[in-house]
Amino acid sequence: MPDWSMLTLVGADRPGIVARVTRALYLHGCNLGEASMIRLGGCFTMMLMVSGGERRADLTAALRPIAEELGLRIHLEPAPGGLHQHLLPNLQVRVFGADRAGLVADVTGILAAQGFHVLELESDVAGDAERPLYIMSIQGFCERSIESVRAALAMLSDDGVSVDVASVDLLIG
Amino acid sequence: MAILEILTLPDPRLGQSSRPVEIFDAALRDFVADLEETRRAGPAAVGIAAPQVGCFQRIVIVDVSGRRKTPNHGHLILINPEIVHWDGFAIGREGCLSVPDYTGNVIRATHIQLKAQDLEGQELAFEMEGFEARAVQHELDHLDGLLFVDRVVSRRTDLYRRKVYQT
Ligand SMILES: [Zn+2]
Repeated sequence: MPDWSMLTLVGADRPGIVARVTRALYLHGCNLGEASMIRLGGCFTMMLMVSGGERRADLTAALRPIAEELGLRIHLEPAPGGLHQHLLPNLQVRVFGADRAGLVADVTGILAAQGFHVLELESDVAGDAERPLYIMSIQGFCERSIESVRAALAMLSDDGVSVDVASVDLLIG
Repeated sequence: MAILEILTLPDPRLGQSSRPVEIFDAALRDFVADLEETRRAGPAAVGIAAPQVGCFQRIVIVDVSGRRKTPNHGHLILINPEIVHWDGFAIGREGCLSVPDYTGNVIRATHIQLKAQDLEGQELAFEMEGFEARAVQHELDHLDGLLFVDRVVSRRTDLYRRKVYQT
């Protein structure tokens, strides 16, 4: 089992960052595992699993020139996990409504009380500055029934929040 | 009867197109029995296509009858299947016996009209919807050398396609 580290990169977005970083990792002798890159608020954000290469301290040093040139903040730490540890979601929760403080905490708090394990969460703010619209999509696994999760979230609908719970129908073929 | 070996990525044979079945004989029936046994031997697959076991003929099995609340036509052996009409589309999560340890979101038609032949070569026609239609589209892709990973869309895509789910 390779020893994985989690590399986090955050900075102003521009084309070519992924190519520069992954080339440097390759030249350092690293392998890449699972990765996720997304723009958040116009920022470049990326997390990726890296293994191999020389010592962790050396990797940070090897990436420093690129980080400085591209204005990226870098964080590298040992990752306890490994590959092939996917968990499959069985429920999807979609929430949208007028943005308000505490909405995410309310939704995820209710889900946690249902024993819902959040596996993926994506959220965005749409609309405009005067009337921001919060949109969130959560996929996760819950042993309780969809009816139970739906009923628990129903109280949120009272204050203008739309909550939809659907099953994730995995097809294997 | 035998459990056949399933080809998995990156085996290039999975990209091969399959030929129509022309002879409906005992060998075909024996092969389909093995294909069914292979489908049942693995993780709960609702379908399997002949090329997944290295037989490049247009043969698939689909059976979604074991799922709750799912419209279906029972256990289907489809020889030389062909979709003649598509309607609607929806995103759904798929995995594949030939792509272990990976699932992804794929857009498929929600309603299809399907022509095929049975084991005796008799013509069949079906109208299908939902999960069964999705399973048929997944399996027919195999006959054309396509895998669901050729069609995966971003997990974020569904954020903007909420209505799609409700069809
Ligand atoms: Zn498949």
